Amino acid sequence: MSTGRLTFASVSIARVPGVAVVLAVLCVGFGATSPGFATFANIANILTQSTILLLLALPMTVIIMTEGLDLSMGAVLTFASIVLAITVVTTGSPMLGFLAALAVGFCFGLGNGMLIAVLDIPPFITTLGTLGIAQGLSLLVTDGQSVVGIPRSVESIYSGTAVGIPMPVIIGALAYGVTHTLLYHTRFGTYVFALGGNREALRVAGISVRAMLIRVYVFGGLMAGFAALLMTARLNSAHPTAGIGMEFDAIAAVAVGGTSFERGNGWLFGTLLGVIAVGVLRNGLNLLAVPSSAQVACIGALVIIALFIDGLRTER
Amino acid sequence: MKTAADMVTHSRLALSGDILQMLYRLLAVVLLCATLAMLSDVFLTTNNLLNVLRQTALLFLMASGLTLVILTAGLDLSVGANIALSACLAASVIKTTGSPLLGMATGIGCGAMVGLANGILVTALRIPSFIATYGMMWMLTGVTYYYMAGETIHGFPPGFRQLGSGYLLGVPTPVYVMVLFLLIGALFAQRTIWGQQIYAIGANPVAARLSGVPVERRLALVYAVSGAMAGLASLIILARINSAQGDIGEELTLPAIAAVLVGGTSLFGGSGTVAGTLIGALFLTILLNGMNLLQIHSSWQPLVTGCIILLAVWIDNRTRRIGE
Repeated sequence: MSTGRLTFASVSIARVPGVAVVLAVLCVGFGATSPGFATFANIANILTQSTILLLLALPMTVIIMTEGLDLSMGAVLTFASIVLAITVVTTGSPMLGFLAALAVGFCFGLGNGMLIAVLDIPPFITTLGTLGIAQGLSLLVTDGQSVVGIPRSVESIYSGTAVGIPMPVIIGALAYGVTHTLLYHTRFGTYVFALGGNREALRVAGISVRAMLIRVYVFGGLMAGFAALLMTARLNSAHPTAGIGMEFDAIAAVAVGGTSFERGNGWLFGTLLGVIAVGVLRNGLNLLAVPSSAQVACIGALVIIALFIDGLRTER
Repeated sequence: MKTAADMVTHSRLALSGDILQMLYRLLAVVLLCATLAMLSDVFLTTNNLLNVLRQTALLFLMASGLTLVILTAGLDLSVGANIALSACLAASVIKTTGSPLLGMATGIGCGAMVGLANGILVTALRIPSFIATYGMMWMLTGVTYYYMAGETIHGFPPGFRQLGSGYLLGVPTPVYVMVLFLLIGALFAQRTIWGQQIYAIGANPVAARLSGVPVERRLALVYAVSGAMAGLASLIILARINSAQGDIGEELTLPAIAAVLVGGTSLFGGSGTVAGTLIGALFLTILLNGMNLLQIHSSWQPLVTGCIILLAVWIDNRTRRIGE
């Protein structure tokens, strides 16, 4: 009897159905309550708007798989976006601005990685500290004001299309492909799995755990810098509070996607579904005219449900 | 059987080590004061020092509950958001009923309930504390903004305002509250069985469980206490600034964590004192006060606090490694 029940439970809450069920419930629910939801334009809209989140959630998955966390991502995204905007406005070159944003991301990623790997400071406190630093820098550089006057060419990165597909969707697909290849088809990916599951084995095999950890956080920083390009293009400006809290959506997407916080198990496709689930939730709540403050509480509830399921799985 | 005697000697040695650590931290505070006294004419005025003490009281009340959480190797990132919700609810209760007592009960009760919810997430759902309380932080912020809808509640009865802005024998009222809770906190942590169990959980949760410590119940208690202290702090802020709005305690979480860590409580659990946190709160408050006096832009505050947190954890790492 009890074995039968256990098997049933572990099948019904296995990863694939878990995220898919959440997503299906959300889609059916919103489809039934708001007529504007299940239209082609709205679905394309959800996918487009989810790209920035996806760019953060992909490296967040990798980081959480190493039993780490990056709370600074939203603040780094914001600061990179500000540096990008200022560079573009002063030099007139979008390319230079993009490189500057990547450089900001790289520096913060490297800093996070060094503090975590070399000085042995726990990831959540390290990135909480660097969150404060990035947020402070954003406010200092802009004095709390928006940076405006960005040329039209930057905006087209977000609003443009190629072969009829919105640019952000193409960028998102590319980013997913790159991360998937990194994680599942390179030695780096194998080490990432080992960093979370069996760090000692890496040491015994003579692999530098420190160097691997630093690379993981640098990857996170670079992706935040990349996302800054999309966010600046979308807003056509940079604002010191624009990306604050984005890391919460990213962590939510990873958690909903079934990546565990404790065992170094990750599932990148689950994160993709998780990102879409968070995107659908936000979009549906928007259509129902729920204020954004209450949306945060809904996403939090979604995370608790997902982590509760994760907790149930751990017990098996 | 000389274990008991051993333990006594050991605890005495540890105590002297603790006292030494605390002296170092006091020295840091004194050095900071000396520097600021040289750089600013205003720093050593009575008014400013009383103001520093009032601010310290506020930070200490938040940080003292947080100290217990960090002693169990946990973290509570939701204290700032908890203050916002508790303050706003307390404010609207005072406004609608006209009874400060009912409002105070609401504030502390709301804080404690939020803390208990954190405790349940951490113990029953086994979510790592920094993620659970981080999610809680965003949810509370969302609920508070939704509830307030951009409004401000202001103007409270003068009796209630005494709690935050009043003086008793020339000393700000919050300072008395601070001393009271310093005594309660220190006695609870050092002199009660529950307090010692909290240290035991932080030092080694498995050993604590095997020795019969009800780990889940103590953890839930610790998070509830941290929440209740945030609720209490919210009342003092409310009484002081005489208004409540959605973003009221947002910028206080980082300094509170920094105060605990600067006060010598280890992020890895099991070591630290409530008295140390007072020194940490004093250090942080004087530093932020000094930055204000030197007219350093307030945007520097999260940056400096972030650096101090990293520095404090790094120093703790070093001392622990030398200890081993």
